[in-house]
Amino acid sequence: MDEPVITAAGLRKRYGSAQALDGFDLAVARGSVLALLGPNGAGKTTAVEILATLRRPDAGSARVAGFDVAREPDRVRERIGLTGQHAAVDELLTGRANLVMFGRLNGLGAAAARRRADELLERFGLTGAARRRARGYSGGMRRRLDLAASLTRDPEVLFLDEPTTGLDPRSRNAVWDSVRELVGAGTTVLLTTQYLEEADRLADRVAVIDSGAVIAEGTAAQLKSRVGGDHVDVVTAEAADLPAVAGAAARAGGGEPQVHTEDLRVSVAVAGSARIALLTGIVRELDAAGLAVEDIGLRRPTLDDVFLGLTGRPGAPGALAVPGAPAASAHAAGEEVSA
Amino acid sequence: MTAAPHGGHRDAATPAASAPPAGGGLRRALDHGWVMTVRNLQHDVRAPAEVLLSLCVPLMMVLVFGYVFGAGMAHPGTGGPEGFRTFLMPGIFVMAMLYSVSATATGVAQDADKAVIGRFRSMPMASSALLTGRAAADMLRALLETGVLVGCGLLIGWNWLGTAGEALQAVGLLLLFRFAMTWVGIYLGLAVRDPSLVGLVVYPLAFPLGVLSTTFTPPQLMPAPLAVVAEWNPVSSVVNAARELFGNPGVGGGSWVAQHALPMAVLWPLAILAVCVPPAVARFRRLSR
Repeated sequence: MDEPVITAAGLRKRYGSAQALDGFDLAVARGSVLALLGPNGAGKTTAVEILATLRRPDAGSARVAGFDVAREPDRVRERIGLTGQHAAVDELLTGRANLVMFGRLNGLGAAAARRRADELLERFGLTGAARRRARGYSGGMRRRLDLAASLTRDPEVLFLDEPTTGLDPRSRNAVWDSVRELVGAGTTVLLTTQYLEEADRLADRVAVIDSGAVIAEGTAAQLKSRVGGDHVDVVTAEAADLPAVAGAAARAGGGEPQVHTEDLRVSVAVAGSARIALLTGIVRELDAAGLAVEDIGLRRPTLDDVFLGLTGRPGAPGALAVPGAPAASAHAAGEEVSA
Repeated sequence: MTAAPHGGHRDAATPAASAPPAGGGLRRALDHGWVMTVRNLQHDVRAPAEVLLSLCVPLMMVLVFGYVFGAGMAHPGTGGPEGFRTFLMPGIFVMAMLYSVSATATGVAQDADKAVIGRFRSMPMASSALLTGRAAADMLRALLETGVLVGCGLLIGWNWLGTAGEALQAVGLLLLFRFAMTWVGIYLGLAVRDPSLVGLVVYPLAFPLGVLSTTFTPPQLMPAPLAVVAEWNPVSSVVNAARELFGNPGVGGGSWVAQHALPMAVLWPLAILAVCVPPAVARFRRLSR
């Protein structure tokens, strides 16, 4: 097998009293997508900043695209692209002037930089806005410009630090499509995210980071199986209905129904591809028993579940991507039922 | 894998490996410096209000001191109000160079403040380009400002009475002083870091330097301790030298520093550069830790 294109060994970084990275190890195979998944404050951004040569580790070492990030940062910089959480473009310049400037700084000549800028504007649907200042761009346009800026010289390795945080679903899909296109062309991508769904859709492998170290690594399917996979959740109006609902769910098959009295919920684990069968089965049983329920739906494990499953505690309190989690499960349920 | 060099020392010196690769280093530094110069000039073109406002300060001073207070401020060395305006203009040129510290410092603080610097640093960019591009763009802007102010001076009756060569030497001294002020601005911008605070820091420094000088009044008319400060003020040396080279009325004075205005107008900026450039570069390097 090829040597991994990104390796990190025992990275440590401390800011004042906060240990941002505490023995961070990672290996990413060439041409693959790895998602670094974790709550705010887990050390994702610090890890990316060290790998992208923006910060020096206190200890440990890392190699990216064949070069040591601390000893040969310029060699690494020639081979990487970085898109951070905040659009790193020059607000006062036009979209095109931004891309020309970054192309020149990336080693392109003046004519080549202009040509490349026009190509990228076209590819990211920004040609119409090319001569407007970046300051006036919408959030989605700005993120696309930012992504384009990290591609002025086809990077071997692309770092995406929470590339879709704060984007509307349409812009999010556009970013995902661009990432898939790049990976198709051979780029290795390391992306950080708080959304399990994003990791699931884009990544070949997922590394879960907590308190500055990787605590689990594998495919999304492997991780989810470790936390129990998909569930059908039935929410009742009255606590008194819970046993009857659990009985109906048990008759429909699937796993042993778990009754959560605190939120009036009965949860049934789904095995493999039987999700729709289980969902319709439960609906049928409830109907036959004449039970009215508040809500029923397929629920995918969230980052919170992954954390609970891996660490026995939720991620940093209040820091998890709360808006993403329920939206993702509702979305998944709707999609599955209409399929 | 061995531990990274400088493990545990966050402020350790930049290792030799981060120096530009041999051969292409200087070319790359010049090339990227030019890219950043163009970028900063594009900023000026895209936000012309800032350039115009920074020209307003010296123009206001011409109005206030040349016309409002002019008659009252004339002194034996200058003759009447018109003579005073001729005396004033070289001082106004230097004031414009002095107050430019604010524009430079604001630009640098804005750069240091923004996410875009992270992208610059993730690129194989000559890191000197951020500073050299700033200095070069500000010098080009200084040329424009000097042109406007000279034009304004000619309109109100100021002129140079020496040779064209001497007048060009005077402009050269003004630009040398501006170059020193650019580096003061780079240092302050990196030290303050907050663009909204820059003005609050720069004006209390620039105002006394501008006023406690030979710009408006001969030191002979000041109380003795203030006169010494005014004579040794770098601003005074540049103003006196410019007056001498332009052939405009000066403040005279028998002190050593007043007698050697020309060499002092070269030495002061060089001394300021020697004091400001190393810490500015050191602060800039620390940004990347």
